[in-house]
Amino acid sequence: MLAKTLYDKLWDAHVVRQEEDGTALIYIDRQLLHEVTSPQAFEGLRLAKRKPWRVSANLATPDHNVPTTELTGGVSSIKDPISRIQVQTLGTNTKEFGITEYGMGDVRQGIVHVVGPESGATLPGMTVVCGDSHTSTHGALGALAHGIGTSEVEHVLATQCLIQKKMKNMLVRVDGVLKPGVGPKDVVLAIIGKIGTAGGNGCAIEFGGQVMRDMSVEGRMTVCNMAIEAGARAGLVAVDDKTIDYVKGRHFAPKEEYWDAAVAYWSNFKSDLDAVFDKVIELDGSNIEPQVSWGTSPEMVASVNSVVPDPAKEADPVKAGGIRRALDYMGLKPNMAITDIAIDYVFIGSCTNSRMEDLRAAANIVKGRKVSPNIEQALVVPGSGRVKQQAEAEGLDKIFIEAGFEWRNPGCSMCLAMNADRLPPQKHCASTSNRNFEGRQGAGGRTHLVSPQMAAAAAVAGHFVDVREMMGVSL
Amino acid sequence: MSMNQFTKLTAIVAPLDRSNVDTDAIIPKQFLKSIKRTGFGPNLFDEWRYLDVGQPGEDSSQRPLNPDFVLNQPRYQSAKILLARENFGCGSSREHAPWALKDYGFDVVIAPSFADIFFNNCFKNGILPIPLPEKQVDDLFKAVESKEGYELTVDLEQQQIVTPAGQVIDFEVDAFRRHCLLNGLDDIGLTLVHAENIKAYEQKMREKTPWLFA
Ligand code: SF4
Repeated sequence: MLAKTLYDKLWDAHVVRQEEDGTALIYIDRQLLHEVTSPQAFEGLRLAKRKPWRVSANLATPDHNVPTTELTGGVSSIKDPISRIQVQTLGTNTKEFGITEYGMGDVRQGIVHVVGPESGATLPGMTVVCGDSHTSTHGALGALAHGIGTSEVEHVLATQCLIQKKMKNMLVRVDGVLKPGVGPKDVVLAIIGKIGTAGGNGCAIEFGGQVMRDMSVEGRMTVCNMAIEAGARAGLVAVDDKTIDYVKGRHFAPKEEYWDAAVAYWSNFKSDLDAVFDKVIELDGSNIEPQVSWGTSPEMVASVNSVVPDPAKEADPVKAGGIRRALDYMGLKPNMAITDIAIDYVFIGSCTNSRMEDLRAAANIVKGRKVSPNIEQALVVPGSGRVKQQAEAEGLDKIFIEAGFEWRNPGCSMCLAMNADRLPPQKHCASTSNRNFEGRQGAGGRTHLVSPQMAAAAAVAGHFVDVREMMGVSL
Repeated sequence: MSMNQFTKLTAIVAPLDRSNVDTDAIIPKQFLKSIKRTGFGPNLFDEWRYLDVGQPGEDSSQRPLNPDFVLNQPRYQSAKILLARENFGCGSSREHAPWALKDYGFDVVIAPSFADIFFNNCFKNGILPIPLPEKQVDDLFKAVESKEGYELTVDLEQQQIVTPAGQVIDFEVDAFRRHCLLNGLDDIGLTLVHAENIKAYEQKMREKTPWLFA
């Protein structure tokens, strides 16, 4: 039998019909919905007098527009009327069609990509879609997961299928052992720095190697989350014991009677040893340093102990122009030390880094320290109500608050500033989110992508600093 | 008739004599916050059509119209065919652009060329975009402008446009897309043709992965 990659296996397991022209009808096991990209899809169903094909395959939660301050008023506490209507509409649509919604104020509400795995709505071997590009996150569980457009959201609602062409197979192998203080976010930023934001175009990227095997499932989610920033719609990690342990006992996980069969089925979702990839990239994990993005694209990253690049030293004039424009927007000088970049805002949150391990890693740095006086605002926004609850049970909220952080309610928040949390113009933000595009966190805002522990260290120091100095790790 | 069906139509033609009309001109960005796929009609070409700046949610019937804009002229009020210049629908990929055209009442757009994504989005939304040679489009512009109440008949089955004088203009359309439009098959309709395959797949997986259906 022909050796198959993990992606091949996931694809093959979901083909409903193969067409001559190379397209296929692919079955979708799970659709996640949020308030921004779903209203027109529901409207389309209504206009065409259609019903969802399989109501129970859908799960909805509002995240982009929800305020992270008091939620006591429920939806009515959203001040911006347009945001409020979007959130309300998700509620009425899900009610009308009988779809489960984790609404505002529900402890299960949160960022859709945190809620999916956490609730067991995402399981190994599944196909998962959502009208959101960071759906790649769910691939960490050995699921085929990617973002789709609004017409496709409607298509999945109505048919439980998508018309797709198969992507290419790409393997990013990170071998070796990570140094202390270096985490999943540094790994994925280093990968994007190496292959660029178009490096994974047209591919499903499988992340493999010793580093990925050693990594926790939550860490794998951080890596897969940013597959899209490397140009790949889907990121994947093979199923192993950690995956299975992670899934066990979650709300939508298989019940006792099916558990053994499920584990046996899932165990097949890894690439065969002799599987052939269209593209293979290798990185030595033991060389990865804590990363900081200095520009306006996620590929514009550097190690914390290096300097901001100098466009004059770039031979390619197009690249040099790109660096110049980015430095101009970011208000940075060529050759300045990354550790000399002063920080005004700190944002710990987003679907990349708002899970328990992220908050623990940050709290670990913050504990017993204070946020630097030059920081205007430092936010911690847990990814879901459950994460918030657990963090509070562990006393992390107190650690953050005592240090001078604001402890908020779950949502996308300052990741894209669609709610009231915005980065003001020209302010530098150490952010654990995934996109540093111009204006992403607020018009004119300057985003630096970092890991949760690096964001915490920057909050304390008031500028970037190698977090290992605060961890007592000798370099 | 399904909203995504198109067979044959005889209607007034409105001439929009500009090239490179982009999707932000078709429907300006402030209207994307809407939760609907319908209701964009009043804001179609908003910046050209009105003298003020439109806001989402506003009642456009009270706004000052730009009398110079072609769609505001009484003779084109019931137009269902839009005649345009090259590279129509360029810019952002927003599906709101065909939504706005359709909602306003346009079922056909004739132009020398179209932007790719917009062209695709038209078919998804029951609009027939017809690319014609530049010269032919030019002649149509002259004819439309010289005669009030100028109508064209667009027949997708025959792939023909018929002028009031009885002149026949043939046009090309992808066979698969033609089939979809004639039968009112949107992508969803097409997929649902295979409903039995989907059900069979589900039946198979119900046995193989029963926990997904529990
Ligand atoms: S946290 Fe940011 S990236 Fe993630 S879903 Fe929300 S807005 Fe998108």
